[in-house]
Amino acid sequence: MGSRASSLLRDEEIEEIKKETGFSHSQITRLYSRFTSLDKGENGTLSREDFQRIPELAINPLGDRIINAFFPEGEDQVNFRGFMRTLAHFRPIEDNEKSKDQNGPEPLNSRSNKLHFAFRLYDLDKDDKISRDELLQVLRMMVGVNISDEQLGSIADRTIQEADQDGDSAISFTEFVKVLEKVDVEQKMSIRFLH
Amino acid sequence: MQPPTGPALASAPESPPGAAPGSPLLRWQWREVQAPCLVAGWILVASLAKIVFQLSRKVTSVVPESCLLILLGLGLGGIVLAIAKRAEYQLEPSMFFLFLLPPIVLDSGYFMPSRLFFDNLGAILTYAVIGTLWNSFATGAALWGLKQAGLMDTGVDAGLMDFLLFGSLISAVDPVAVLAVFEEVHINETLFIIVFGESLLNDAVTVVLYKVFNSFVEMGPAHVQATDYLKGVASFFVVSLGGAAVGLLFAFLLALITRFTKRVRIIEPLFVFLLAYMAYLAAEMVSLSSILAVTFCGICCKKYVEANISRKSRTTVKYTMKTLASSSETVIFMFLGISAVDTSKWAWDTALVLGTLLFILLFRAVGVVLQTWVLNRFRLTPLDRIDQVVMSYGGLRGAVAFALVILLDGDKGLTIKPLVKWLKVKRSDHHKPTLNEELHEHAFDHILAAVEDVVGHHGYRYWRDRWEQFDKRYLSQLLMRKSAYRLKDEIWDVYCKLNIRDAISFVDQGGHVLSASRLTLPSMPSRTSMSESSVTNLLRESGSGACLDLQVIDTVRSRRDKEDAVMHHVLCGSLYKPRRRYKASYSRHFISPSTQERQDKEIFQQNMKRRLETFKSTKHNVCSAKSKARLKKDGRKKQKKSAANAELPNGKPPRSVTWQQTAAAVLVAVDSDDEESDSSETEKEEDEGIVFIARATDAILQGKKASGSLDVCPSPRIIPPSPTSAERELPWKGDRGDLAVYISSETTKIVPVDMQAAWKQSISSLESVASPPGAEPGPHAKTVAGPALEERQMMPEPRTCFQFPNPLLRSSRPQSAGSPERTEQPELQPLMAPDEQGRMSTAAGPGNSRWLIQFNRPARFSDG
Repeated sequence: MGSRASSLLRDEEIEEIKKETGFSHSQITRLYSRFTSLDKGENGTLSREDFQRIPELAINPLGDRIINAFFPEGEDQVNFRGFMRTLAHFRPIEDNEKSKDQNGPEPLNSRSNKLHFAFRLYDLDKDDKISRDELLQVLRMMVGVNISDEQLGSIADRTIQEADQDGDSAISFTEFVKVLEKVDVEQKMSIRFLH
Repeated sequence: MQPPTGPALASAPESPPGAAPGSPLLRWQWREVQAPCLVAGWILVASLAKIVFQLSRKVTSVVPESCLLILLGLGLGGIVLAIAKRAEYQLEPSMFFLFLLPPIVLDSGYFMPSRLFFDNLGAILTYAVIGTLWNSFATGAALWGLKQAGLMDTGVDAGLMDFLLFGSLISAVDPVAVLAVFEEVHINETLFIIVFGESLLNDAVTVVLYKVFNSFVEMGPAHVQATDYLKGVASFFVVSLGGAAVGLLFAFLLALITRFTKRVRIIEPLFVFLLAYMAYLAAEMVSLSSILAVTFCGICCKKYVEANISRKSRTTVKYTMKTLASSSETVIFMFLGISAVDTSKWAWDTALVLGTLLFILLFRAVGVVLQTWVLNRFRLTPLDRIDQVVMSYGGLRGAVAFALVILLDGDKGLTIKPLVKWLKVKRSDHHKPTLNEELHEHAFDHILAAVEDVVGHHGYRYWRDRWEQFDKRYLSQLLMRKSAYRLKDEIWDVYCKLNIRDAISFVDQGGHVLSASRLTLPSMPSRTSMSESSVTNLLRESGSGACLDLQVIDTVRSRRDKEDAVMHHVLCGSLYKPRRRYKASYSRHFISPSTQERQDKEIFQQNMKRRLETFKSTKHNVCSAKSKARLKKDGRKKQKKSAANAELPNGKPPRSVTWQQTAAAVLVAVDSDDEESDSSETEKEEDEGIVFIARATDAILQGKKASGSLDVCPSPRIIPPSPTSAERELPWKGDRGDLAVYISSETTKIVPVDMQAAWKQSISSLESVASPPGAEPGPHAKTVAGPALEERQMMPEPRTCFQFPNPLLRSSRPQSAGSPERTEQPELQPLMAPDEQGRMSTAAGPGNSRWLIQFNRPARFSDG
């Protein structure tokens, strides 16, 4: 499987992806085979349908939001590059990456990028603010039915109150970052990709 | 430990100090009751001591209770020694192993959060097997080295094998100590389960090592041959797997027996204890790992036993187990203290003791670090440094307790406490997130789970699903009572009653009940926190971290004013748990039922509803002009095409089997929801969530009333027909509202589902959704409640109607094949209706507006 997949993937393409995302060669080929197995249309891109076919995503409360995050603004197909770009957010930050490349472009898996990924899940209307409504929607997705809407509303109010600094009753990205500054985002937003 | 030497309380023939040297009559009577009286006396003393310890919180917060008990034991032992001039009441291994250990192990096995346990099985096994081997060999060898170097007293006469034997004994983590410490220190569950699981599983390793080394010592090192080593390895597998097999066998028997105890409810709990104990003894008899046997018996039987036995029996089992375990533990620690007084048994050697201590600590730490390093390469949530410290230290404490208490003086055990204290503080500081952190971290977890699924890490989870399938299809049917298998509602009723009881006790304690209309922010959380502290809620896996305190069951949490804490609890209780990090809580005192399946279903429903909503809104625009006949075929093509802007689950081909299997049952419910809102959508072209949903709800409500007055058929109520006054008055009874939802999903789950039928239905319902609003004119649209009511009357047996479309409905399909919508209607509408009704009846009156908002939500999602 892996060898077949890699044969379909051109070497220069791998190199580019490697540079952009920081994944290793074997990781890229492995993920490529996963990509092709998800790609039921076999046209080199994934549609929302393809993602929705993953059974576990159906029972993930944020599943659809996350699927959406894979797609660039206004598009409904994602190619392997885009796929990898999104996944790169979740690559753990390695020790040697912390020091080097201070002035270069920020790697996709930086803390701020990870946070921004999460932030975008909340921020539906892309105004760089999480409004109370947006927060409520996500909250409702994440809690069971045994919490009433009043309770949820008060939770949302309180959450915003806690994070809000400029008094606009919404959470901006800077406020979002600030409120999570004590959280080990680097670790909590990373998964282990098989080597 | 040593080989069994004598009876449990090997007390001397002469009378103990407590006996009055009076008349012969008195003396004679004393001898008759001596043994049991002593046992009871010691337990009483220990229990009283516990009360005294708890009187001053200051003392117990500084010194762990186990240490206090050991100290007490030391004191008492000293008194006995002083009076009787010889040490008595030793902690004999036979007593320890035959009577004191089983309850503790059974308790931990039975209440083990099995999912968490199996989630971390890999890590646990690694630590248990490799870690223990490493520890014992390294410690033994190092001690031998010490001896060779001449640092040890010449009085210690031992060879390499003896030291290895000693190492195998001393380096094992024992469950008693782990529980004692970790229940007091509130650490995270993963850590707890790893160390605790290790302490349980390494029993097999220890037993084997002990036996092997012991035989080597007996044979003499010169005669040991290569085959003996092989035998040792083989015997490890035999002992561990054999022990587990014995446990499984007895678990099976136990489950089977409890299936037939309907008429002898009163002795149900006895079976649990007897069979578990038999498992222990049986494994011991054939020198398999008895700890493993009991652990596995407990883990595996629980699900079936809990389903089979009555509620009272369940409570009895729970309390009895906790009581037994708790008192065993108390007695063990006290006797450790008493035994330590006896200097004749333990030779003192400073170098040996210090060396042992040092090496244990050192090698344990090294082992943990190395193994963690390896394991972290494979773990989703790596163990960080502090985890490792806690692991090496906390895991060690068992050995240290033995080393210190038995070899050393008990007082030195106290020197460990500051470290625990320090770590404890560190942990609890670490675990005090703000609301935001909590929320977002939760979101992170979901995101990670999703990304993992996208990336496609399979393996463990896949096999677990397979196992669940098997369990559902064969095991549960064999081992569970039919009634229990079919009707989980009963359990739910029990919940209700328990809830009411808690509520009443809450009122008794002076809490004030708020009316449902006065739901304000400050009052609401405080109320929630109170109910949170009730046993019921904790039973329901409140998930507020592992509540590992031994005493918790007795204490009612005082009201907290801090809203933060309260919010934290509310969220902890009801946030969906991400897939891989189940927040199961282990405690001696609480049962946590698996809420995972229900949660999966809920989420699935919501997701599907959302997808259908988006799908629908596009669908109507696209093919509103098409004819009905063409629609059926076109529907699918269109779906493919419009997949771009619509998220449709229908795109899933029937061949995605796993999805189907897990979801088929739920689909029914989803469709019903969808159908419900669909019918209301036809009422109004615009997707105006709030307005039309509100109407729909009202209509349903009216419909329900109408059906009640008509009284054509028994209304498909799920909840107890006459809610108690407490249920009606207490706001959180109504608020929760998960009652009906829970039941409906449970029932759909339980009823064996014809997957294919369900699938077809979901397809066809989607097609019906795709139908243009114009296709189904007038009456259907206007009287939203109409169909629901009608269909309900059609149902001969309301009970089945929402579980799964019954044969009647299916047979009615061909008759009206011309209009797919119409055929779907009877199936789906009733599916929704009872659910709806359940909610209505729970959330009476003021709660109404809430449901409106709730129904409205999906529509809003689709807008966004």
